[in-house]
Amino acid sequence: MAVAVRVIPCLDVDRGRVVKGVNFTNLVDAGDPVELAHAYDAEGADELTFLDVTASSSDRETTYDVVRRTAEQVFIPLTVGGGVRGVDDVDRLLRAGADKVSINTAAIARPELLGEASRRFGAQCVVLSVDARRVAEGGQPTPSGFEVTTHGGRRGTGIDAVEWAARGQELGVGEILLNSMDADGTRAGFDLELIRLVRKVVDVPLIASGGAGTVEHFAPAVDAGADAVLAASVFHFGTLRIGEVKDSLRAAGVEIR
Amino acid sequence: MVILDYGSGNLRSAERALQRVGADVEVTADHRAALNADGLAVPGVGAFAACMAGLRAVGGERIIGKRLAGGRPVLGICVGMQVLFERGVEHGVEETGCGEWPGTVERLRADVLPHMGWNTVRAPAESRLFAGLGPDTRFYFVHSFAVRRWEMPPSDMFQPPLVTWAHHGEDFVAAVENGPLAATQFHPEKSGDAGATLLENWLKDVVG
Repeated sequence: MAVAVRVIPCLDVDRGRVVKGVNFTNLVDAGDPVELAHAYDAEGADELTFLDVTASSSDRETTYDVVRRTAEQVFIPLTVGGGVRGVDDVDRLLRAGADKVSINTAAIARPELLGEASRRFGAQCVVLSVDARRVAEGGQPTPSGFEVTTHGGRRGTGIDAVEWAARGQELGVGEILLNSMDADGTRAGFDLELIRLVRKVVDVPLIASGGAGTVEHFAPAVDAGADAVLAASVFHFGTLRIGEVKDSLRAAGVEIR
Repeated sequence: MVILDYGSGNLRSAERALQRVGADVEVTADHRAALNADGLAVPGVGAFAACMAGLRAVGGERIIGKRLAGGRPVLGICVGMQVLFERGVEHGVEETGCGEWPGTVERLRADVLPHMGWNTVRAPAESRLFAGLGPDTRFYFVHSFAVRRWEMPPSDMFQPPLVTWAHHGEDFVAAVENGPLAATQFHPEKSGDAGATLLENWLKDVVG
């Protein structure tokens, strides 16, 4: 037996509330991240990710409070990302009860942040989140054809996404969260080419994200090299259940919990 | 119950997980409290050397040694287990551990590291920690270093420790049960219901 492929629901949290539709039955408060975390845990989620989309840093206290309350009640690993600017933010999230912290834009501006966080807290809790998309026609070409984006995929950086993932590993991150901004929201399946390219250059765990629409979409992402699969809206809207995804993976010969 | 606070890791999770199974828990580095508690949990994440430094700074090595001499239970978790061994080797640098068991903590040989996620273990039939947990039960691991060989020679003088193995690229020690001293490489506090059962077993059977 081997380590199981992880199925990870991602919750967008704004000022302490879950945003994007949530279509769970039997929830007292579908906007409460703690209650949703419980529900996903009960459904067999292997890990949880909170993406803090709170715009104002003055509202960030609510995020720490949500992380604290979740970690107190849900006994599976919790990753928190969004708005992480420096080592102090990582420290605060870990102290609040996050097991891992994902870093995105701040590392593009200052890659050393990844090494600093890894040395101080250990590689196991530092995740590099990469928002990648195919370079648009007429755009600055990159060696892999994929570039790193910011602002939810709206702005290109000209940085090669595959090289950036490899750089993250060199700098000491313990995991890569790879979001395909082309596939995101399409529900047409994961970007398998992107996953394959990044898998070739990193040997830290790789989480594939973006594009999940049906249960059949998950096993190909694993075949392409993902150690974990992450989805948001299909789980929140109740289109797919964690258990269904796992059944489908199991049927495809993938080890799951 | 005391969770030894020596500046390593997410102590809150361990505290809450032990409370969940009915323990009265205090997170502290206070010598007297740590020595006299019914059970002492020693969690740890990050680098072996950093954990040993933190442990030494609060006199943790002596606390563990004194407790074991008096037959009082200690549970090491993750790097809290690793530091119980003789030595750790990270990036070519060797660091001395607590030396409760012979053996070396070194980098696992596997395609993907850290070993991150839910894996099965092979526990001996006599195991008390894993009582009621079948061979398909998975626990949450996150580590790149591990004990790859159990080096304690068999002896007629005492009961040999029970060693539980797991596999990621190669076999490594996932748990040890040795009288009052027990340890897990995985995180029971992050292993959902399976982890809760293991902690309950520890409280019931080892701590009493």
